[in-house]
Amino acid sequence: MSGTAGGRLVRLAETGRARVRFLLDGEERMALAGDTVLTAILTNAPALRQAEFGPERRAGFCLMGACQDCWIWQEQGARIRACSTPLAEGMRLLTRTREDWP
Amino acid sequence: MTGPNQPRVVIVGAGPAGIRAAETLAAAGLQPTVIDEGARAGGQIYRRPPNGFTRPPETLYGSQAAKAVALHAAFDGLAASGRIVHLPRHSVVALAGGVLHAVSDGASRRIAYDRLILATGATDRLAPVPGWQAPGVYSLGAMQIALKAQGVAMGRRIVLAGSGPLLTLLATQLLKAGAEVAAVLDTAGLRGQIAAVPDLAVRPSFALQGVAMRARLGRLYHAGVGLEGIEATDSGVPGGGVTAVRWTDAGGRSRRTACDAAGLGWHLKAETQLADLAGCRFAYDSTWMQWLPSTDRMGRAGEGVYLAGDGLRLLGADGAEVAGRLAAAACLSDLGLPGPDVAVDLKRLARLERFARGIARAFPWPADRVRAIPDDTVLCRCEGITAGSVRGTAAYGGAEANRVKSLGRAGMGRCQGRYCQLAAAELIAASGGLAQAGEVGRLRAQAPVRPVPVRALLEEE
Repeated sequence: MSGTAGGRLVRLAETGRARVRFLLDGEERMALAGDTVLTAILTNAPALRQAEFGPERRAGFCLMGACQDCWIWQEQGARIRACSTPLAEGMRLLTRTREDWP
Repeated sequence: MTGPNQPRVVIVGAGPAGIRAAETLAAAGLQPTVIDEGARAGGQIYRRPPNGFTRPPETLYGSQAAKAVALHAAFDGLAASGRIVHLPRHSVVALAGGVLHAVSDGASRRIAYDRLILATGATDRLAPVPGWQAPGVYSLGAMQIALKAQGVAMGRRIVLAGSGPLLTLLATQLLKAGAEVAAVLDTAGLRGQIAAVPDLAVRPSFALQGVAMRARLGRLYHAGVGLEGIEATDSGVPGGGVTAVRWTDAGGRSRRTACDAAGLGWHLKAETQLADLAGCRFAYDSTWMQWLPSTDRMGRAGEGVYLAGDGLRLLGADGAEVAGRLAAAACLSDLGLPGPDVAVDLKRLARLERFARGIARAFPWPADRVRAIPDDTVLCRCEGITAGSVRGTAAYGGAEANRVKSLGRAGMGRCQGRYCQLAAAELIAASGGLAQAGEVGRLRAQAPVRPVPVRALLEEE
């Protein structure tokens, strides 16, 4: 199993794990049990978020909790560091802040 | 020895150094608390995948599998029998007056200690390359973590660039796992690598492994490379992001390698923020070309604080195991408790340090290239601060690292300078006509050393 069409990452091993459903910007997506939020998003999408200080989007950098490049949002408002947060069934993840947020 | 009179010893970090320190203290009858950001002990180099993953240790750790298995088993045994207290998924974000502040799952707690062993490890050492802010650029360590702990490659066609042992190791690991590696670009020239052979020969098996890996890479590997830039397309659409790495070969010819992911790294940078907050003294090390904490050979930093592992001296995993035992032995000795004989470990430490300094010289930080990066290169990935901006700030405010941070924000972003401060120091030094980056001073660490949700500070356990 490789990455899906829009994904950046390629799965090379451990593909027999149970499937986990989550929502990315309101759309249903699939990942695998044991994925981090970063792995789950980037096997489905090319980036995690928009940079605040430049025109580019961002897709993480250090994967060890040091660079803080991979903070994204949950629909309830809480921010999470994607590289060090395990994916949970039914997570509702956002790559951008909601327009109705202050 | 248990009960209220037992000294409270806290270890931060459960990599090779923290694990061996915990084991040494437990063997002496203490019950140390081990605080670690990981879900499972092992650190980054011996990082374990989540439960449910099935690749065997030989696949995950290669020739180092036996060491990884031994460390994991030692730690798990101590934790299961209650001889240590393990706090996984906890980040220590501040310390003062003998109290640590740790954050976990959006709540914070205070942990008091009598003695503190910091085994905080290291991050990748990064140098800015024009375009490195594009999605699809990762540290070499990130790519290795992704492979080990998640079984993924960070792209379909990968260029690895930088220098140091991880560059060739990661390339061979990715190839073995079935990833496509398009090129391995080493900024170190062959001449410097050969000059370091006498030092590297003190660990002949490791040196030979390196040579064998290099041979396996064949024509993918290039030495003496100059990195010109990373090309990228609009990153908002599928397929967007990194498209190529532009570089010059050792003969000065311009080359371009198409890819959708680039890994960058120049060996390691010690993670020293907590040591700084604990009041440790620092000295600029001209071999590793960064500020490192000062301790005695055992790792004593004074005032009940001990350091071990890559956060003290960049010796790698084997050195970290030795340093962890030594720091714990020093702690026991200072408590007036009997500890292990350290003579053999002190000898090992000297040999490992000679080897590591040889590695540092063979695969150096590219200071001259950093000083020459174009003005429009993003230096700080957090806030998009350019090399030109840092040069301008240094010219205006003076050649001192903390002044340039205050006036121009380089080092003030969310990573707190972890990935830009060494490059910024080179630019500031160049602006002030200084030969060595250490002459611009050391960026002071500030608490919290990781971003903390406000909620965590309100909800204290």
